[in-house]
Amino acid sequence: MKSVCFYFQVHQPYRVKQYRVFDIGNDGEYFNDRSETSLNNRRILEKVAQKSYIPATKLLLALLQKHPEMRISFSFSGIALEQLERYSPEAIDLFKRVVDTGRAEVLAETYYHSLSFFYSVPEFERQVAKHREVIRRLFGVWPRVFRNTELSYRNDLASWAENAGYAGVIAEGWDPILGWRSPNYVYTPKGASNIRLLLKNYRLSDDVAFRFSSRDWAQWPLTAEKFNTWLHEAEGDTVNLFMDYETFGEHQWEDTGIFNFLEKLPEEVYKSGQINFKTPSEVIQSYDSRDEVDVPDTLTWADTDRDLTAWTGNPMQKAAIDAIYSLEDQILQANDGRLLEDWRKLQTSDHFYYMCTKWFADGDVHAYFSPYESPYDAYIAYMNALSDLRLRVQKGAKGRV
Amino acid sequence: MIQCTWVTLSMSQKTRILMFGWEFPPHNSGGLGVACLGLTRSLKERGFEVLFVMPKKLDIQTPYARMLFADIDGVDGVVINSVLSPYLNSLSYEKIRGRNGSTSIYGPDLFSEVERYRALASDLAQKEQFDVIYAHDWLSFGAGIEAKRATGKPLIVHVHATEYDRSGGESGINPHVYGIEKQGMEEADCVIAVSEFTKNIIVRSYGIPAEKVRVVHNGIDETTAPSGSGVQRMRALKQAGNKIVLFLGRITLQKGPDYFIRAAKRVLEKNKNVFFVISGSGDMEGNMMRLAVALGISDKVLFSGFLTGNDRHEMYTAADLFVMPSVSEPFGITPLESMRLGTPVLISKQSGVSEVVHHALKVDFWDVDDMAAKMLAVVGLPALSQTLSENGRSEAEHITWAQAATKIDSIVSGLVQKV
Repeated sequence: MKSVCFYFQVHQPYRVKQYRVFDIGNDGEYFNDRSETSLNNRRILEKVAQKSYIPATKLLLALLQKHPEMRISFSFSGIALEQLERYSPEAIDLFKRVVDTGRAEVLAETYYHSLSFFYSVPEFERQVAKHREVIRRLFGVWPRVFRNTELSYRNDLASWAENAGYAGVIAEGWDPILGWRSPNYVYTPKGASNIRLLLKNYRLSDDVAFRFSSRDWAQWPLTAEKFNTWLHEAEGDTVNLFMDYETFGEHQWEDTGIFNFLEKLPEEVYKSGQINFKTPSEVIQSYDSRDEVDVPDTLTWADTDRDLTAWTGNPMQKAAIDAIYSLEDQILQANDGRLLEDWRKLQTSDHFYYMCTKWFADGDVHAYFSPYESPYDAYIAYMNALSDLRLRVQKGAKGRV
Repeated sequence: MIQCTWVTLSMSQKTRILMFGWEFPPHNSGGLGVACLGLTRSLKERGFEVLFVMPKKLDIQTPYARMLFADIDGVDGVVINSVLSPYLNSLSYEKIRGRNGSTSIYGPDLFSEVERYRALASDLAQKEQFDVIYAHDWLSFGAGIEAKRATGKPLIVHVHATEYDRSGGESGINPHVYGIEKQGMEEADCVIAVSEFTKNIIVRSYGIPAEKVRVVHNGIDETTAPSGSGVQRMRALKQAGNKIVLFLGRITLQKGPDYFIRAAKRVLEKNKNVFFVISGSGDMEGNMMRLAVALGISDKVLFSGFLTGNDRHEMYTAADLFVMPSVSEPFGITPLESMRLGTPVLISKQSGVSEVVHHALKVDFWDVDDMAAKMLAVVGLPALSQTLSENGRSEAEHITWAQAATKIDSIVSGLVQKV
């Protein structure tokens, strides 16, 4: 028997509006764009909910009903849930119903979808705690498996997760790390004893998430029958299919047939009787660890480098991320809820990704997912907002003296 | 063996281009001459032979083309000692002539010079062997048309700017110039535009079918890029902690110097340590000085005059930001010059160059607030400046005349084969 383990990532950042230098000191709202552009967070959220979250979750509910053995898992960023509660209660309600079946696991992450683990572990721990709170409040469950922002992972993250009591942690199944080994087994992180490592099968995951509608792809069109054959051919204990939830309906539009694909897949998989579905926790319980995996340098799920360069690779990104974390002490001292929240919203990894210049000149629009005209515009807006935040912190400090 | 024979044969039958131009370095005052040099060199590298025709005898030596001078190599030409500039409209040309106190060796006006060039072209063309005729901008279009009529060879016209760009809009259009431009584009077998921006104007305002217009963006390479030594004279200013924001181009309506100065005013309200240098000359120079005075920023706005050679190089490298606020810019090579030297650029979206560069800040020329905000960002955020500089430099290295010549090669080959 072999398992298929689905994990869907649900995340939406608070994008910084076109905050101009002249706004510094005059406008304390950074995320309230009301234009017709993709900087309007409410507009994006409502669109993604309508096109993806709502129809995809309705479909999953129906599939869970039809197939009592079906299992899935989700990781929600706190700020995605926060925005959904405000702008799309219907989506929240559907997610609750899915989790209530008891057959959808919810994973742990940072509330603000941040890279804080690499900059401030205490801040990281506060964000994980805040995330546990919101998951408990909305879904009534405590996550047991940890997944870090952008699937970023290192040996010391596994040590941290083990100490924090998690049963497992999730990472990218990247060949240079694995060598001859397959991602389709459970592993033990280097230096850990109890915690287990689940690795993404990026080839099969990306067949769905990225290549599904690509007519240049030799395997197009991808049918549930064909994909099921590949799942059966895959050697190992578990095929971990990890992808953005927006794959269904947003990255791959409805007219590509992505929903039909998802609808057909479980019955195809069950036909042979050789494959079942499991949640990450069930995979960890069901299969023994085959080996120890050593990841001394940060691994992520991004592009061909699989490192943090998409977020911290150029001087703007470094300056921005250093600047935001350098405010930590002052922000905490200020003891002002609004300030703290704005500071944390500015830690979301997406802000730094929008500043990435790696593929910007390639003329490949698909390589640069961003609501900004250019990485430079993203950086300018961010740094202006940060300057205003710094002013607010200083003003608060003076007021207390 | 057969292949070798074929290669030898084709080598011995190089395609010859009879090219009509108006200026050529070092006798140039702007981008047209630079473009002619860059293209000629790259076409030669691709195996073309270029016969480059100028309206009058000048001391020009280039390894890339055989230079012909219509006044000498044509028929009984008169040596015309001209003040002609391709960037003048006919009105300002007359003004300059008036100022210089015209003497009899000049033609009575710009149009006479153009007509003289046209008249000489037919005889010149009949004396030369070539496969295709090529004319740069309206000043040479008449010559190109005559050469085509005399020989029946195909004609390519290359549009570097239109009357719409030079006059800053519909109302200032000179109907005579427009007429020559339109006739050249109509009689040509192919029209080359320096950008999509210019192609749109050609299709919309000259009624040329879109399929006849091909876009070939300009480029830059070591032969046309400014070179020189490091920053000397501006050093003191910079060491005192000042930032320099540079405008370099003709001071005319088309180039948007007034938007630059209004943005400077906004910048100085936030940051006093910025100097604004206006480098160039033009009919709006006096107005711009008065505007700086009226806005109370004349101590921060410096006018350097028209710069060449080492001075120009120094100005680019001393600057912390180069701004091209053009109202209507068919292409705009100066930002590429700046990027190659590692100086970040802020360019108007109403320009052809903005179609090909990514590692630049962009702004609508009329949005003075946004222009000022972006100037402030570059002078205030070192990481922004550094990233723009590094990425801009490597991007500009890949926007070359060789690329332009590759496209022209396929256009020329298509026309020559058809004949």
